[in-house]
Amino acid sequence: MFTRSLIALAFMSAVTMPHAAEGPDLGREATPAEIAAWELDVMPDGSGLPPGSGTAAIGAGVYASKCQSCHGEQGAGRPNDRLAGGRGTLASTAPVRTIGSYWPYATTVFDYVRRAMPYTKPQSLTDNEVYAVTAYLLYLNGLVGENDAIDARTLPQVKMPNRNNFVPAYTQ
Amino acid sequence: MRKHSEPEMELEEVAGNGLLHRRIFLNRSLALLGAGGIAGFSGPTAAGVEVRPHWMRAPGAGMSGYGSPSRFEQNVQRTAIASQPGTNGSGVSRTPLERLEGMITPNGLHFERHHSGVPEIEPDAHRLLIHGLVKRPLVFDMNAVVRYPMHSRIHFLECSGNSRANLGKSPPALSCGAIHGLVSCSEWTGVPLSILLDEVGVAPGARWLVAEGADSAAMTRSVPIEKAMDDALLAVYQNGERLRPENGYPLRLFLPGYEGNMSVKWLRRIKLTAGPAMTKDETSKYTDLLPNGKSLQFTFPMEVKSVITTPSAGLALNGPGLYEISGLAWSGLGKIRRVEVSADGGRTWGEAALTEPVLPKALTRFRMAWRWNGGPAVLMSRARDESGTLQPSREQLVAEKGVQFLYHYNAIQAWRVAPTGEVSNVYA
Repeated sequence: MFTRSLIALAFMSAVTMPHAAEGPDLGREATPAEIAAWELDVMPDGSGLPPGSGTAAIGAGVYASKCQSCHGEQGAGRPNDRLAGGRGTLASTAPVRTIGSYWPYATTVFDYVRRAMPYTKPQSLTDNEVYAVTAYLLYLNGLVGENDAIDARTLPQVKMPNRNNFVPAYTQ
Repeated sequence: MRKHSEPEMELEEVAGNGLLHRRIFLNRSLALLGAGGIAGFSGPTAAGVEVRPHWMRAPGAGMSGYGSPSRFEQNVQRTAIASQPGTNGSGVSRTPLERLEGMITPNGLHFERHHSGVPEIEPDAHRLLIHGLVKRPLVFDMNAVVRYPMHSRIHFLECSGNSRANLGKSPPALSCGAIHGLVSCSEWTGVPLSILLDEVGVAPGARWLVAEGADSAAMTRSVPIEKAMDDALLAVYQNGERLRPENGYPLRLFLPGYEGNMSVKWLRRIKLTAGPAMTKDETSKYTDLLPNGKSLQFTFPMEVKSVITTPSAGLALNGPGLYEISGLAWSGLGKIRRVEVSADGGRTWGEAALTEPVLPKALTRFRMAWRWNGGPAVLMSRARDESGTLQPSREQLVAEKGVQFLYHYNAIQAWRVAPTGEVSNVYA
């Protein structure tokens, strides 16, 4: 009798009381300082861009010593990706996809160079060097002036020529 | 290629140029085949084959800690390995599809696509940080991750650049694996991402997450929250063993049916955000350029596709007779519903048999019996998935998307069989 009512009680509570999903909860809370140290993402609105700045004039030197051996003089490409030129070729039979002709956001240049370049020594450039080389790549594509200061405020404002030619195939 | 001698019975054609119902291989007909002998399996009369070979006259090798394929299979290797100039780890290696059977890819032959080589990660030093628009950001070590409830699922993984070689002006003289081998299929075991997202508490306004790898490219992709909460997995095991380094050891994101690049390997960080980060690999790459100069972006699912793996380019048929055509079909939108095969360049089609299990977003093996009469033949397969989508012809795909889109090529593959038995890649 006792056992039966206990079972009945257990059954009732299982039915009537919604059981909250429970995980092992084994994560350790991350501190703001820890997150800041890990964080690398630069968003299209410029959030995530660090302090600092650079110009194309300065970036030309960084590019010559750290980038040119793979990407060619003035971003002409070879042996690896071409980074400059190609405007007006996308609808042709020989499209040339470069930062200037194809990339929709200037912030992506900073994000990618900072996280992944130079190939043999990623994350070795200072933030100022990344700003400078970003400025130089935009300058090679005629998108900023040689002495324009590129920083967290000005970089997201750079108008990329191909910005409006991406059609999202996924919509929420 | 297995070749069978022709049984003395009426062959039931299901489509032109010798395609037969597969029951020819089953039951009663097998007995007939047995009586007539099956070429290649008929044994002891062939010259040079000993009745009691030396491996029967002395004990064999001992046990081993971790087994390897037979040394006679050592030529079964990943194929068409290529890397960016000046690098050896920024490129691809492909699964030799024509050398494999069934639906599961051996771990050592799973295709690779790395953006800056394979990191050698010490599992004790690996952490996963989940932060951004969350109620409480959390860090997990691997000991913590593996204490969560595990799920196992069999799914294909396909690089969206797969089969791109067939966009060339003339059909490349490459093997099936060299053209289509950026697809593999494994049983993936891990923790549903939704469980850890529940623990950090997704804040209102979080619509995307940005996933980052611990390779030296810190490869990063944005993933819509719907996918993360649906069937995304934090994979730890692949076909029963810990992930191989080249597949993300010790932890990878796995997004069933989505383009491979998004299943970020060596996963170290997930940031919940309001919008996509517009990373290099979702803007300058992995976007599909159309003839009008516009580009499709966030083309996530790998759509319905199939390819005949045997016979295929580089293999040769050993004279006229009865063969089994075998191939793979898959769709990122669900299960394969039907595969049809043609032996006359698409003029007539017969329904292929699907080998169980037929699982959603997994490679599905199909088979079809074929009597090759020694004449010209063009073999093709086309698949339809449960969403009702039919795999397009190359002509249809090119008419719609041009030849510069680079990603998500899923057109019908045609293999020409020459009278010599040699098989080659053709556009048809």
